[in-house]
Amino acid sequence: MRRDSGIAGLENPEAMVLIDVEAIFRTEAGRVLATLIRLVGDFELAEEGLQEAFAAAVAQWPSAGVPANPRPWLVRVGRNKAVDLLRRHMLLRSKQHDLEASLGTAPPAAADDDEHMFQDDVLRLIFTCCHPALSLETQIALTLRAVCGLSTEAVARAFLVSEETMAQRLVRAKKKIREAKIPYETPAPAKFEERIDGVLATVYLVFTEGYAVASGADPVREELSREAIRLARLLDTLLPKRAAIKGLLALMLLHHGRRDARARDSGDLVLLQDQDRSLWNRLLIDEGLALLEEALRMPGRPSPYAVQAAIAALHARAGHADATDWPQIVGLYEVLLRLQPSPVVELNHAVAVAMVDGPARGLSLLDALTARGSLDGYHLLPSARADLLRRLGRRADARDAYTLALRHSRMEAERRFYVTRLAEFADLPSVAE
Amino acid sequence: MQYLLLIYTNETETAAQDPAALGAMMEGYGVFTKSVVESGHFKAGDALQSVSTATTVKVRSGKVLTTDGPFAETREQLGGYYLIEAKDLDEAIEIAARIPGAKLGSIEIRPVMVYR
Repeated sequence: MRRDSGIAGLENPEAMVLIDVEAIFRTEAGRVLATLIRLVGDFELAEEGLQEAFAAAVAQWPSAGVPANPRPWLVRVGRNKAVDLLRRHMLLRSKQHDLEASLGTAPPAAADDDEHMFQDDVLRLIFTCCHPALSLETQIALTLRAVCGLSTEAVARAFLVSEETMAQRLVRAKKKIREAKIPYETPAPAKFEERIDGVLATVYLVFTEGYAVASGADPVREELSREAIRLARLLDTLLPKRAAIKGLLALMLLHHGRRDARARDSGDLVLLQDQDRSLWNRLLIDEGLALLEEALRMPGRPSPYAVQAAIAALHARAGHADATDWPQIVGLYEVLLRLQPSPVVELNHAVAVAMVDGPARGLSLLDALTARGSLDGYHLLPSARADLLRRLGRRADARDAYTLALRHSRMEAERRFYVTRLAEFADLPSVAE
Repeated sequence: MQYLLLIYTNETETAAQDPAALGAMMEGYGVFTKSVVESGHFKAGDALQSVSTATTVKVRSGKVLTTDGPFAETREQLGGYYLIEAKDLDEAIEIAARIPGAKLGSIEIRPVMVYR
């Protein structure tokens, strides 16, 4: 045995099993919870059962060994623990007949190892966590906690709130699921398309939340982006042949593939045009490109995610910034404007137009957008204007636009970027306040 | 599972509708009520007189205090309700969305705590 192992406890078999339990928890917790909720009919009771099942695993697996297929083992133990808990709760309230009634309705645990059944359960859990009767923030938090198996503390960190606040939010959400009877099922076919769109929007929000936080010092919070990709992969397995899911997964992979080039070691942001493209993760990008191909080959209108992924793909395919196919990017933004019009898409379209037709043309589009006021307070609009003004040699106007962008930016790395840009205009006479 | 569907609309805007639109809305309520009675979801439901007829009562230190008007002045007012039996929130949402008032105002869905 090597004594110089870098990983503490590797020579200790018990510690190895402990590591196994943690790894299994990360991959199995969401699936086991999903099945337990269906079996015991209550979110919180199922969570307690899940905790107890993993506690039993930590206690038993070091001596008895890890079961060949841990999921049915965990479901069986979790269900038994949940039933014990239910029995205890009910005895406390001395409602023996209620106990008999609820146990009578619990379906038999015979088909524990049926892969399809597990998959259906996970889908039920995702749809329940992403139910439109819950606020978007709650949907994200609940999905991260229940489906991804993140600890309450980790979810709280992601939302920049205290663990206590997050715990309360999760308790309220589960109370609403129970009291308002949010169904634990995949929606009926008539509602399915609408609801899957909601699920994908939630997954994408998890990703963007991890990609750039609105405030704070940490520009790329990888964990959330990774979880979003994991969720999309899971959805792609559960609901194969769906262009929107493949498009979303492709979009996230293409963006995530550029992650290492997005920030310097100092934490400063690096614009796409200045990124060291050798730092891009080709593995993720190639997977994204292949998924995008699949998504675009499917019949029907392209999903907005696939169109955005196609734009990201054109950036990914360009060996250097000057080789970017801007005319095609302009065309794709025009498709996106028809599919999903929004001021943010208009902003991106204008920036692409400036790359093709020159900064003056882009600026006139941005000025029209500014005049409409729908992006007031959004720092990227003055930031894009500033860049075009700078390229047009209108330095005083550029400085004023960067000042406005700085005022509306809350993220530390972005603020530093604007401060650096503003330093270029130090020679200009200062503005009268 | 019982849900109370509270219909909130702007009384002034509703009253300002032309007679044909008002007639169509009343007819819509008739059709809706008939459909939920026939499907077995209906338990109760009525329209309320306008908020100008409302009286708010509270008891403080054993004294009954009465004030004219609703509990809270809001842009939309409670104008009616349905009490329904539905299998879950999705079914309740589906039924609430068919109430004619949902097109003008909003329907608040509240699960009912049933005491045995």
